[in-house]
Amino acid sequence: MTTATTLEVRKTRKPWTPSQIVLTLLGVAVSAVFVAPIAAALFTSLKSEAEAAEIPPHWLPEDWTVQAWQALWETGNVSNWFVNSLVVSVLVTAVVLTVSALAGYGFARTEFRGKSIVMGVVMAGLMISPAVLGVPLFTTVQQMGMVDTYWGMILPQCAPAAMVYILYKFFQGIPKELEEAAFIDGAGRWRVFFTVILPLSRPSLAAVGIFTFISSWNNFLWPYMVTNNPDLMTMPNGIATVMNSYGIQWAQLMAGGLMAGLPLIVVFVFFQRQIVAGVAHTGLAGQ
Amino acid sequence: MTTTSAETVIAPARSKTVARVATVRRKQGFQHGGWFIAPFLVLFVLFVIWPLLRGVYLSLTDANISGDGANFVGLDNYREALGDSAMWDALGHSAYFTLLVVPCITVLAFLLAMLAHSIERGKWLWRLCFFVPFLLPSTVAANMWQWLFTQGIGLFNETFGLTTPWLTDKSYAMFALVIQTLWWTVGFSFLLYLAALQSIPAHLYEAAKLDGANAWHRLVHITLPMLRHITGLVVALQILASLQLFDQAVVMMDFGPGPELSTRAFVQYTLEQGFTSYRVGYASAMSIIFFVIIAAVALGRMVLLRNREESAR
Repeated sequence: MTTATTLEVRKTRKPWTPSQIVLTLLGVAVSAVFVAPIAAALFTSLKSEAEAAEIPPHWLPEDWTVQAWQALWETGNVSNWFVNSLVVSVLVTAVVLTVSALAGYGFARTEFRGKSIVMGVVMAGLMISPAVLGVPLFTTVQQMGMVDTYWGMILPQCAPAAMVYILYKFFQGIPKELEEAAFIDGAGRWRVFFTVILPLSRPSLAAVGIFTFISSWNNFLWPYMVTNNPDLMTMPNGIATVMNSYGIQWAQLMAGGLMAGLPLIVVFVFFQRQIVAGVAHTGLAGQ
Repeated sequence: MTTTSAETVIAPARSKTVARVATVRRKQGFQHGGWFIAPFLVLFVLFVIWPLLRGVYLSLTDANISGDGANFVGLDNYREALGDSAMWDALGHSAYFTLLVVPCITVLAFLLAMLAHSIERGKWLWRLCFFVPFLLPSTVAANMWQWLFTQGIGLFNETFGLTTPWLTDKSYAMFALVIQTLWWTVGFSFLLYLAALQSIPAHLYEAAKLDGANAWHRLVHITLPMLRHITGLVVALQILASLQLFDQAVVMMDFGPGPELSTRAFVQYTLEQGFTSYRVGYASAMSIIFFVIIAAVALGRMVLLRNREESAR
């Protein structure tokens, strides 16, 4: 599972061979295609609205201006949406990490009556998402009086069977002897969980945390269903629904989109290694 | 002699330890097992199991959005749904989208991973470039491409010298969604492939080289077989994700169902029935039908995998 990280150890510099030159050029070309839409969005956000709607379009702004970014910041609810996104994503991540670490450990290392049945039901839950059961989930949340509240946005995102499964698989791989040594020294279950298991699981917990944060920050469907109040919307939501309803102002829309996307790109640049290892880990754990 | 006496001394101590561990295991586990699971289970029951059961109940009624005055109507909603050509169209769009996206994404992700894996320099750069679209919120990625595809002001046609009405003609709208989705989501599968490639032991390739295998042979006889598991996973995850098509279709088509309803996906139609037409009972019946479809796909995959493993043995 840790292969992705261990194999990244720096190799000594090799000389350029013809095949490496060709491959690198190919890599540059393909990367350019991938980055082009983001670059186009960035350039558009630096045009005036009139220039953004010009026919025929051109890539680079003729007059560089930050007017779209300014207008967005001054008139829109962007700062509100940003805070909402942050609150929702951080809380979802915290709750998911807590409950799925506990549950993963419970399933991996403890016995209780009916465990296999409960596990079967939870695994079946892997197939259920807000997309699959949108309307009944909405009426349930409505019944609890949580439409247009933070809790209504947060709690339904907090029962991801997939994360429990990933941590369950990981905990199963920790040698039992480690815990037993602590038991013999008189430590209880909870103490072992907090002082032995959790410190050993940091990479897995990081992966689960990062992925929960990414998917929560980017979640559109659920906040879209459960919020009508623009003050409560999250970033991706507000940008898509409210800004579209003004009539599309492309420069502002692109500026807003980049603002919504930027935090995760920064997170990726800093946590690249953990994210790559996390993808590898979560992916392979699914087998 | 000394060894046996040492053993006789140690053995009882060891068996005592083993017995102690066994009782500790039983007692501790039994006492606390349930409490570890409880917090998750509460959330899981409230927001997964209960909505599912509620969905089954609602699907048997003519409930509207307020939930008042619902009458029991038996299987009428299901009967109506199965005879509803709009539902079949929507299901068809989701299935067609899945059929187009899954093979493309699998091949593209593999090729990108091979490329990034083979270049010796700047690995982080390739990873960043290919993965970065996946980090954008779905609505942002969709807005970007909506703009790129808009006739007249969009850079896509301009760059390639086309005049295609991507978003307004029903023969192109689905392809616009597919192109956008490939760009936006291929990064995730790319990383899965990249991780799998990095975990293939290098000595396999060295041994093959010594035996005179060329690059093509190494690809066909080592790389591809070693990637079989990950390919199965990529395909399965992509099928489930693509069937749930919603975000990009809705946003790129200006929150509508696309030209001549051509991109209205199953999830979209369900939500329209629930939130626009206020037919919660009917929408719930469709949600349950969708749940059954997803479950069938997931079970089908499990059965296929099991058969394959058994035949491999």
